[in-house]
Amino acid sequence: MNIVANPKIVMQAKGLVKRYGQVTALDGVDFELREGEILAVIGDNGAGKSSLIKALSGATIPDEGEILLDGAPVHFRNPLDARRAGIETVYQDLAVAPAMTIYENLFLGRELRRPGFLGSVLRMLDKKKMLLESTARMQDLKVGIQSMTQAVETLSGGQRQCVAVARSAAFARHVVIMDEPTAALGVKEGNMVLELIRRVRDRGLPVVLISHNMPHVFEVADRIHVARLGKRAAVLNPKKISMSDTVAVMTGAMTPDQLPPEAHA
Amino acid sequence: MFSSRRRSTLALAALSFAASTAFAAGEPVIGLVTKTETNPFFVKMKEGAQQEAKKLGAKLLSGSGKADGDNAGQITAMENMIAAGAKTILITPSDAKAIVPAIKKARDKGVMVIALDSPADPADATDALFATNNYTAGVLIGEYAKVAMAGKAPKIVALDLFPGHPVGAQRHNGFMKGFGLAANDAKSNELSKTPEMVCMADSFGDQAKAQTAMENCLQKAPDVNLVYTINEPAAAGAYNALKRAGKEKDVLIVSVDGGCQGIKDTAAGVIAATSQQYPLKMAAMGVAAGVEFAKTGKKASGYVDTGVTLIAGKSVAGVDSKDTKTGAELCWGKK
Amino acid sequence: MAKSPTHHIPWGALGPWLALLGACIFFATQSDRFLTGGNLSLILQQVMVVGVIAIGQTLIILTAGIDLSCGMVMALGSIVMSKFATELGLPVPVAILCGIGVTTLFGLLNGLLVTRIKLPPFIVTLGTLNIAFAITQLYSSSQTVTDLPAGLTGLGSTFTIGSAEVTWGAVLMLVLYALAWFVLRETAAGRHVYAIGNNAEATRLVGIPTQRVLLAVYVAAGVFYGIASLLSVARTGVGDPNAGQTENLDAITAVVLGGTSLFGGRGIVLGSLIGVLIVGVFRNGLTLMGVSSIYQVLVTGVLVILAVTADQLSRRGAR
Repeated sequence: MNIVANPKIVMQAKGLVKRYGQVTALDGVDFELREGEILAVIGDNGAGKSSLIKALSGATIPDEGEILLDGAPVHFRNPLDARRAGIETVYQDLAVAPAMTIYENLFLGRELRRPGFLGSVLRMLDKKKMLLESTARMQDLKVGIQSMTQAVETLSGGQRQCVAVARSAAFARHVVIMDEPTAALGVKEGNMVLELIRRVRDRGLPVVLISHNMPHVFEVADRIHVARLGKRAAVLNPKKISMSDTVAVMTGAMTPDQLPPEAHA
Repeated sequence: MFSSRRRSTLALAALSFAASTAFAAGEPVIGLVTKTETNPFFVKMKEGAQQEAKKLGAKLLSGSGKADGDNAGQITAMENMIAAGAKTILITPSDAKAIVPAIKKARDKGVMVIALDSPADPADATDALFATNNYTAGVLIGEYAKVAMAGKAPKIVALDLFPGHPVGAQRHNGFMKGFGLAANDAKSNELSKTPEMVCMADSFGDQAKAQTAMENCLQKAPDVNLVYTINEPAAAGAYNALKRAGKEKDVLIVSVDGGCQGIKDTAAGVIAATSQQYPLKMAAMGVAAGVEFAKTGKKASGYVDTGVTLIAGKSVAGVDSKDTKTGAELCWGKK
Repeated sequence: MAKSPTHHIPWGALGPWLALLGACIFFATQSDRFLTGGNLSLILQQVMVVGVIAIGQTLIILTAGIDLSCGMVMALGSIVMSKFATELGLPVPVAILCGIGVTTLFGLLNGLLVTRIKLPPFIVTLGTLNIAFAITQLYSSSQTVTDLPAGLTGLGSTFTIGSAEVTWGAVLMLVLYALAWFVLRETAAGRHVYAIGNNAEATRLVGIPTQRVLLAVYVAAGVFYGIASLLSVARTGVGDPNAGQTENLDAITAVVLGGTSLFGGRGIVLGSLIGVLIVGVFRNGLTLMGVSSIYQVLVTGVLVILAVTADQLSRRGAR
């Protein structure tokens, strides 16, 4: 992990506001994701972290504020727009079709067609190529699943999570967002997923990680964005702050200015 | 001047006079409950009832079950009609036994209930029955077939309705009796079978199903020479199957109904002979009985045979039949 | 990685084939007329109408939907076709297209109610079933349409292979099954149909236009019902307004017997062909044996339970 001077900012949000009737979910929140990092987003319930993520992934449209991708402003009307801009999201319920095979799920919605007449007129799928590509991607990310022709429902929870992560990593060009990837996983499987997340980052894709699991956050995150009351309370350096202090900032028991300067990132 | 007794008698007389004129002034309301809305037989019945009602100045309410066998639907229709003032119910029972309690309830209220086309079970559950004698209908075509076969050893295929239906059993058994084979009597619900009957299958009175049934029977007994069918749509289906197998000239088909399409088929030689029944007559008689009951309080009773006529393309010796021209004049359905 | 990419054999799918084989062997022992070319091609012909309806039904069931109106819509199509060709005197191809057009419109109606108004398919098709039935009866005045021009019944004519007479309509049914099988297996659109049935939310999240695919499925089913109307007219030689009443459930039975799950996302369309053949074989075989038709109904019921149980058990074993 490294904190570079003048790091390149991949994605940024300024002053996002989102109201749902009387409730203000986002109250002028800022956000900054740097190149080559894993940024954890933590916060108590109602702090606005899921609303923030929804705005970044195109699932909701903010009422005010702007989002910048590589310095240029973007307006996502739906998740498809965000995907087209190169932002992939791994949802909490994984969005996989359990009865279908791993390679089919990997290419779901983005299927490869055979070259020439077979592909353009008959619209035939190039299953062999999709299979080879899937195998290559999974090997690249060192995911230990043997056969891409297994049905996803035959995999364990952790393995399914890996498939979902690998799918996002395979198609993302700019950012990968992950919503609670290690929730509902046991210790061994959770570590397997964390390893995979690190490899994604090491391949050059910055990762936004939403998580409730403090130990996991402290294991993989380069920086920690603390959401509180619809705003960004602080961005912390996990190497220079304790878990309990972080939680204190998250709950409001401690204010950010009570922290030493090196704790901020 | 008048004693109190005479006064009350006079009052009573005046009241009943007023009541009866009021009663007569309002038109009689008659309800017709058929098995379904869509079978052309019942469509014709309804027409006949409406015509007669118009002629006699009565009001006709009509309703039915949703499908063959929908007893509950018929009960509901009956109840609604009685609530709307019907004093006579004409009904073609979908389920002869199951309708009996509802009929009893209606009769207990003073409503006259007449069964049309097929009886309730027991038959005296209704005040009267106006129907074709389905057994006779079968006997006639059986007698015709016997003579028409001219001594050839019969290999008979029967395309019946479905198991357990009284009309299906009566026509089938009547046919067997008329042909001269061992047969159950008119009261039986069981289908008779003898070695001459090489295949028996259920057609449900449906043309497509009859075609499939006939095709399968042909596989079993390719040398069939006589086909008894429960009704004319079944006969048409049987003919289709025989034609595809190239056997239509070697096989005699007989049927029951006398619908206009069936008479056309008889004239064309598809059906050799058919027993014609008269739904219009049944309905008209029923309406007339209802009007009579409303006017005079006299109920119809017993069984009235509305008649069945053998219609044949070619007549045969010793069997009384009418030609298809006559059949076409008397037929029911779209002319 | 020596495994072939496209062979992911679902063992539960073998069940229907085994059942069909078993039935054929049984009936062959009971009647020497069963296993003849003529008899077998006869069965193929007898199932062609329900067979084509079942293709449309399979597509819909794969998306975790169901279509209770299929038989009635088919009947409407055959009445429209036959009346247009006789009473209105339209040329046969035009009449046929009108009939298929009407059934496709019903498919569109079902699809719009399911996708736009978001009503459950069971309820929607329960309603359209009655609407189609009523329109059929009213338009035909409950009368069968007869004296049809030869072109309309052309698909009922046969050609001979050895001792067997094969109907063109049955050939068309087989071609349609091959086409459906190809699209569902080898094209993205086909895979999307499975994905929607398996996890509709997931397909939405990965950007597949779920509602459009669903609508297309219902419309396609309508086209298949229209083709089935033509086959029905060709087979019986008449337009029968009372046709199709048992085909509603027969088509669903065939799909279930073929191993397709009513919960969507799993199944092979060829299985539905096996399903209709199983029913046809039993009906033919029992008649050859002289057994009452009530037993056929009993057997069908037992087979349906066995089929669903086998599917459940095989999937539980896979996990």
